[in-house]
Order: sequence, then structure tokens, then C-alpha cells
Amino acid sequence: MKWVPKHLDTLLEALLQHLYLVVTSVGIALVISLVIGIASARHPRSFGLIIIITGVLFAIPSLALFALFIPVMGIGTAPAITGLSLYSLMILIRNIGLGFQSIPDDVMEAAHGMGYGRVRRIWEVELPIAMPFIVGGIRIAVVTVIGIATVAAYINAGGLGTIIFQGIDQRFPEKIIAGGLMTSALALSADYLLSSAEKYLRRRNGRPA
Amino acid sequence: MIVVEAFNWILAHQTEFFSAFNRHLALCLISLAIASAIALPLGFWVARSQKASFVAINIAGSLRSIPSLAILAGTMPFLGIGLLPSVVALVVLAVPPLLLNTVVGIREIEPSIIDAADGMGMGRREILWQVELPLAVPSIIAGIRTGAIQVIGGAALASFIGGGGLGDFINAGIAIMNMPRLVVGALPIALLAIFAEVFFGWLQRWLTQRR
Repeated sequence: MKWVPKHLDTLLEALLQHLYLVVTSVGIALVISLVIGIASARHPRSFGLIIIITGVLFAIPSLALFALFIPVMGIGTAPAITGLSLYSLMILIRNIGLGFQSIPDDVMEAAHGMGYGRVRRIWEVELPIAMPFIVGGIRIAVVTVIGIATVAAYINAGGLGTIIFQGIDQRFPEKIIAGGLMTSALALSADYLLSSAEKYLRRRNGRPA
Repeated sequence: MIVVEAFNWILAHQTEFFSAFNRHLALCLISLAIASAIALPLGFWVARSQKASFVAINIAGSLRSIPSLAILAGTMPFLGIGLLPSVVALVVLAVPPLLLNTVVGIREIEPSIIDAADGMGMGRREILWQVELPLAVPSIIAGIRTGAIQVIGGAALASFIGGGGLGDFINAGIAIMNMPRLVVGALPIALLAIFAEVFFGWLQRWLTQRR
């Protein structure tokens, strides 16, 4: 442990870059998948097709996906965020779609009968019911993307992966371990925080109003 | 078109391409086989006790939070570079999903089924081979599917620690900014992963419906 205490600022900068990559890409994917999720609740058949396609795309290894973006987008943050958004999208669409499909028909009819317009029904009825699924999806997406984002350093997107790659190139185990441990600590704390939120929302929804 | 150029490059360098392709496939299959040989017996053994299952599921869960890149890079200080550290890292990547699904698959079997088998006079070994294993198979296949996807993706990164395989073409392509060369590595890796996903998905559905 000689390198880490002297380079805390480098580590902090990499951590912040990593968070930036993760938050941006999951954020972009969240907006897109909410739109698709709301629309898909009424088209279960096309949703089934989306599930199959996203499942297959999700299997594509990160290095290969990033590499395939380079001819189109070059290297840097843009192809990295595009790739990471795609991975989050595949997770989020699945969970958010299931959340909106879990809303019972009579609840929708009741809202309609009470004179709720479409926007108000989505905002006040559908979204709160689907919320635990949405947060559950965000949890899986964030944890997955934190891991995958390390590979993004290879295409010059920065983040904690930079430290790991430096460790490989310089044969410097301490950097590899520091980068790896920080990434998994980040993933575990995100997992803990978001699963607490998910549990809280489920309990709140389970209580009869 | 870059893809056409990539294809032409493969045609012109068939030995080079197929030796990397075979190396990639061998890396994946060897690691998956070793991981199964570790995780399946361990899973059956651990599933006997509730406490051990809980511990195993949690350890496997935390192991999965370590990024693939860190696991591959982490073997280097101990084992150097080349084939051995790559295989060890890929085994570490594949064991958690396999173990998790094996344990869950067995724990989800209704206790009454085991009781019935016991009541019919089946021994422990018979229950294992004729009752528990067949009932847990769909879940185990789901674990192999996740493990295979992990390993194929991890094998692409093995190139960074001198493990060879198709990742070498991606590395070379980025190093000399040669786009067709990049595609020679990336496209087959993507197709391999998609093939594994579709194949194991089909196998899983087939085995579940057959029952």
C-alpha cells in the first residue's frame, strides 16, 4: 500500500468519472424505457418481442459492443455512454414493462370511471403502482453498469477502469486491486441503497389505502 | 463497407483467424467445464443445509459485484500472463451464477416430493440422481446460460492479460486504428454470445416443457 495513500485525488477523480458514466447512461435509458414501458402495457404481444430482442442484445460482451461503436462514433465518452445506455435499456425495459403490466385492469377502469384523464392516470395511478418495479430495474441496471463501465476506460471514457488498465500495463498489482475493490464497493453500496428503497416502496404499496 | 473489408481480411488470413477463434472457444469451453465441475457438486452439497445455502448465495452474490475486468486483471499478480491466469479468472467468473442457480434449483423442490421418494424406499443416492437432479435441471441450465455469457464476454477481455483469442483483433484494431481489424474480433465475439444465449434459452424451454 504505497500508491493509494499518495493518489487519493486520482482515485476520487476516477470515481466521480465512473459515477458520471453510470448516472448519465442509466438516466438516458430510464427516460426511454418509461415511454416504452407505458406504451407496452397495452401491447403485451409487442412487449414479448421486445423482451426477446433485448435479451439477445444483452448477451453481447461489452468489449465487442464498444468496439463496434468505434467505427461510427470514434473513441471517448460518447460511444461509452451509448453502449452503457443500451445495456441499462435492456434491463429497464424488462422491469418497467412488467411493472406497468402488473396493474390490474379494474384499477385502470376505476381511474377511468372516476374521470381521470390519460396523463393524470399515468401520473397518479400507474406510476405509483409500477414504482417498486421501476426502482428494482434501476438497481439491477446501476449494479450491472458499474461493472461494465470499467471496460469503457479502454475506449478512453475514463472512470475506475483507467486505474485497472494502468495496473495491467505497468504490472502494478496495487492499482488493479484498488480499482477493482473500489468498483465492487461502489456496486455493493448502490445495490444496498436501491434495494432498501425498493423494499420501502413495496411495503408502502402493500399497505391498504 | 467495413464489414466486407473485415470478411475479406478473414478470407485472406484464415489460419490466423481460426487459430484465434479456436483459442477463444477453447478458453470458454474449458473454463465452463471446470466451473461446472466445481459449482454443481458444491451446490448439491451446500443445498442440504439452509444456513450453508444462505452463506453460499450471499458469497456468490458479492463475487458477482466484482467487475470481470478486475477479476481477469487480479489473477495477473499471482499467475502472470497467458492461458492459465485467463482460465482461472474465467472459472471464477462462471462459478457464482452456476452455484446460485444449482442451490436455488434444489431448494425450490417441494419437500413433500423428497418425502415421497424417501417413503418409497429410495436411498439418498437414488433421491439425488433420480429426483433432485432432474427437477433442478432447468434451473441449472439457466445458470450455465448466465455463466456461458459471462465467460464469452470475459474471454474477450482475456486478451489484455495475454490469454489470446478474438480479443487480440480488437486490441490490434484499436492500437493501429484499423476499423476492419476491430470488426474481425468484435463481430464473431458478439455472434458467439448471441448464439450461446439463443441455444441455452431454447434448451431451457425444451427441458422445462418436457416435464
